[in-house]
Amino acid sequence: MSTNNNIAQARKLVEQLRIEAGIERIKVSKAAADLMSYCEQHARNDPLLVGIPTSENPFKDKKPCIIL
Amino acid sequence: MCDQTFLAITFGPCDSCSENRPLMNLYIKTEPINYCSLCMEIMACQGLASGETLKSLKAESETLRKKLEEERKKLHDVELEKVAEKAEALGELNMKTRRTLKGHGNKVLCMDWCKDKRRIVSSSQEHAVTMPTTWVMACAYAPSGCAIACGGLDNKCSVYPLSLDKDENLAAKKKSVAMHTNYLSGCTFTNSDMQILTSSGDGTSALWDVESGQLLQSFHGHSADVLTLDLAPSETGNTFVSGGSDKKANVWDLRSGQNVQSFDTHDSDINCVKYYPSGDAFASASDDSTCRLFDLRADREVSIYSKDSIMFGAASVDFSLSGRLLFAGYNDYTINVWDVLKGTRVAILFGHENRVSSLRVSPDGTAFCSGSWDNTLRVRQEGRGVGRELKQGGTTLYG
Repeated sequence: MSTNNNIAQARKLVEQLRIEAGIERIKVSKAAADLMSYCEQHARNDPLLVGIPTSENPFKDKKPCIIL
Repeated sequence: MCDQTFLAITFGPCDSCSENRPLMNLYIKTEPINYCSLCMEIMACQGLASGETLKSLKAESETLRKKLEEERKKLHDVELEKVAEKAEALGELNMKTRRTLKGHGNKVLCMDWCKDKRRIVSSSQEHAVTMPTTWVMACAYAPSGCAIACGGLDNKCSVYPLSLDKDENLAAKKKSVAMHTNYLSGCTFTNSDMQILTSSGDGTSALWDVESGQLLQSFHGHSADVLTLDLAPSETGNTFVSGGSDKKANVWDLRSGQNVQSFDTHDSDINCVKYYPSGDAFASASDDSTCRLFDLRADREVSIYSKDSIMFGAASVDFSLSGRLLFAGYNDYTINVWDVLKGTRVAILFGHENRVSSLRVSPDGTAFCSGSWDNTLRVRQEGRGVGRELKQGGTTLYG
């Protein structure tokens, strides 16, 4: 019965690989450029990158964090 | 493809042998066939196209693998680091610990932020929410903030509604939603409080309806424990990525259950996966002491975050809001902050006295929290209290 098992598995693998081989891909240069432009666009609003004014900082107030 | 097969599992009489068995629900050219696994194997064997043998199938899968590699290679025209040379250099980071939460009496294994950005749910070996189990390994906040889901060695994921009444016994209101055949390693709500996605040591991931506990979709493909999962940002559609002990990271279509992409460049277990904020890429943290970035549209690994001096496994990763910074917690008690584009490390954060087991950036990106085996959670922020200016096209950041 192990032979049958292998056949079903091998079939599944071939199907899976066909799907994966068939997907559309773009060049790394384009992908990288898009990642970079996303970073650039959002950098201004990234508080861990640029910091936040004390007045707007949620962790500056005295309320303790609640652990549930 | 001449025919397609979809698999889901139910229990009942087999169409072929009439015995009551777990059934593989097959659809051959849209016609449903309910066979038990034994009859399915026999059918598969009998249904071999002429000349199709185990050998020929194996040869075909080899050819397909090679084709996959070639296709990916053709598009590998440049490295991310090279393209990123044009990007501005990051100024020095000054991360400060704002809160150290010591409420747990034992190791913190996982944590999650509430969308209101102030509350955190975390779980430890001694479990903050009383459950009949020793280890809670995964927890998640519902999008509404009104419930949490958690589970672990009990092989289940249970949902607890939250109440402002401190005296209320939360355990009494618990609802078991997911049932796996091994430990629960990860859980997350999808876009509403109504569905949860779980990953398990039984090698599968699954989508569940919270109200009825019904299994909506299951995801098979990993050949070992699934250790982590992350849902794609809602704008990018219905997919999620999972990582496992089989060193693979798989991307899945939520609706069809289909494994659409697979990445296997890690050398050891993948402990954590996280989507890049745009949804076009994801990062992974592995026991091979590296973190890597995989681009989904280029279908390949595009960056690796590692150093010879880092020899311990990475347990958890998360991106800052813009995706420029990658925070990673390691088993050597440190947190390394990486420049995602340039591939360099920009900061090492100390403070924890044991492994960093989990790490998440808050929903508004103002802080990140790390949970550790030293029983604490630390919330950290960029230390400059004043907003800084990032000049367009400039080369430095102003303080």
